[in-house]
Amino acid sequence: MKRRELRVGIVLVGLIVAMALVSFVWTPFSPTAVNSTLPLQPPGWPHVLGSDHMGIDTLSRIMVGARSALYVGVIAVGLAAVVGVPLGVASASLPRWAAEVVLRITDITYAFPALLLAILLAGALGASTETAMVAIGIASVPQFLRIARAGAMSVLASDFVLAAKASGTTRLRIAVLHVLPNIAPLIGVQVSVSFALAILAEAALSYLGLGTPSTVPSWGRMLGDAQTYLFTQPAQAIWPGLSIALTVLGFNLVGDGLRDVLDPQLREVA
Amino acid sequence: MLRGLLLRLGILLASLAAASLVIFWITQALPGDVARVMLGDGASPAQLAAKRAELGTDRPFFVQYGAWVAGLLHADFGTSWYSTLPVTSLIAPRAAVTAWLVGGGLTVAVAVAVPLGAVAALRRRRLTGFVVSAGAQVGMAIPAFWAGILLSMLFAVQLRWLPANGYVPPGRDLLGWAQHLVLPVIALGLVQAAVLIRYVRSSFLDVLGEDYYRTARSIGWTRGAALWRHGLRNAALSLVTVIGLQVSALIVGAIVIERVFVLPGIGSLLLDSVSQFDLAIVRGVVMILATVVLVVNGLVDMAYVVIDPRLRHQERA
Repeated sequence: MKRRELRVGIVLVGLIVAMALVSFVWTPFSPTAVNSTLPLQPPGWPHVLGSDHMGIDTLSRIMVGARSALYVGVIAVGLAAVVGVPLGVASASLPRWAAEVVLRITDITYAFPALLLAILLAGALGASTETAMVAIGIASVPQFLRIARAGAMSVLASDFVLAAKASGTTRLRIAVLHVLPNIAPLIGVQVSVSFALAILAEAALSYLGLGTPSTVPSWGRMLGDAQTYLFTQPAQAIWPGLSIALTVLGFNLVGDGLRDVLDPQLREVA
Repeated sequence: MLRGLLLRLGILLASLAAASLVIFWITQALPGDVARVMLGDGASPAQLAAKRAELGTDRPFFVQYGAWVAGLLHADFGTSWYSTLPVTSLIAPRAAVTAWLVGGGLTVAVAVAVPLGAVAALRRRRLTGFVVSAGAQVGMAIPAFWAGILLSMLFAVQLRWLPANGYVPPGRDLLGWAQHLVLPVIALGLVQAAVLIRYVRSSFLDVLGEDYYRTARSIGWTRGAALWRHGLRNAALSLVTVIGLQVSALIVGAIVIERVFVLPGIGSLLLDSVSQFDLAIVRGVVMILATVVLVVNGLVDMAYVVIDPRLRHQERA
């Protein structure tokens, strides 16, 4: 049952990634050319999912939209991991009071969930994909820091680290050679879960008009547009939402599945 | 215990101070010369100087920050840059709408999640348990704003039972108020319930593995009675923690849901102010929302100190 979760998750994520990759070389119609067909067509042929209010083929826009979602996810989660993991590992070998200070500082970010920070930054600097990515990334740093710290503390307490220390291995070498490989699975789970949250946050921001700019197709903005025409063509409000939900479901299932595969190891530290 | 409580109170106050500094820095220093942004490159030095004096940005940063915080302590959030009205007078009438939305959403989430989470734990090897768990997994993947759009598609556009958007104050028309809030509250609550179900399920599962549960069962208590007495209480404890963590998700969700259903809450005010570059309002609203999140989490921490003596000296993981 648990392996099945992982498998379904991998298939869903694989499909979305494949769709994004294919969209670089082929889409059924142009994803940006206005009035290539009649506006607000119902699903049918040749426009499988219909068309939007500007007469753009919806399937083509969904395919290109996968790129925006994954792009924001990769940069935001990458940023969070690159900042959070080294800080977490370093804080594991700090004295208790110093580690407490680090943790309390990261606690403050609880007051700024990704979306709120993104709105705040969009207000100060103007809305853009970059602002959204940075905001989502910063808001995800504490989770990585905590997971990496918890994992590193249990590794640092093990005998082989003691042996390495006794033989004169430097702290940095221990961190790179022993701690990082051992906490990699934990980080993998967190990457998957954070990816799901990042995609949800990006979708909400684009829906609010504060994320991906209107010139680039994104699922969130497609939903915003579709809502305006809910009375004329409700089908248009289905596809982008379904794409978001399936992508998020995929990443969550991969995260859960990985966690269960690694369970005995995780139960100790998480 | 008093020491533990005071420590938590100190941490809360320090977090509030830090959050206010971050918010003020982002909205006052990060955009650069706000006067130039507002007036454009064509403005003369005299106009710029006048604007800076009006906004107070000609003073040193920490003087400006101090003035803002001193105002906050008197519930004075400053003056709107755009309309020049007091920010407090703009926030106050809208806060109730958001409070109804968040409160309603939380109520729906708990009312749905506790029974379903218990079912998912008790029937975990049966089809019902699987269906609830799978449903929660799917629910977690649905963005609240899409749930809102789908609900208004069904109940407002197709069935025409409820209004698609808008708001009526409860004092004017109680029924209309309820009709306008039903869909937003359900959209916000159901998505949040999906997250809570998983926590409720796992805390009930923990209880099922505990000695006191086995003892209660072995001395002849029925499963229902043992769970009612022990399960619910233990689940409630972890539920309080989770709700603390979920407050930020509810607030963020409310901002988006207010936009979906065109509700005049402080989320809408925040978004409108962002598009008008009215950072005086933006920083006020964000400060209120951050304060709510921090205070709720601080209270959860303090409640734990009171309830559970083991946690008095333990680090919060």
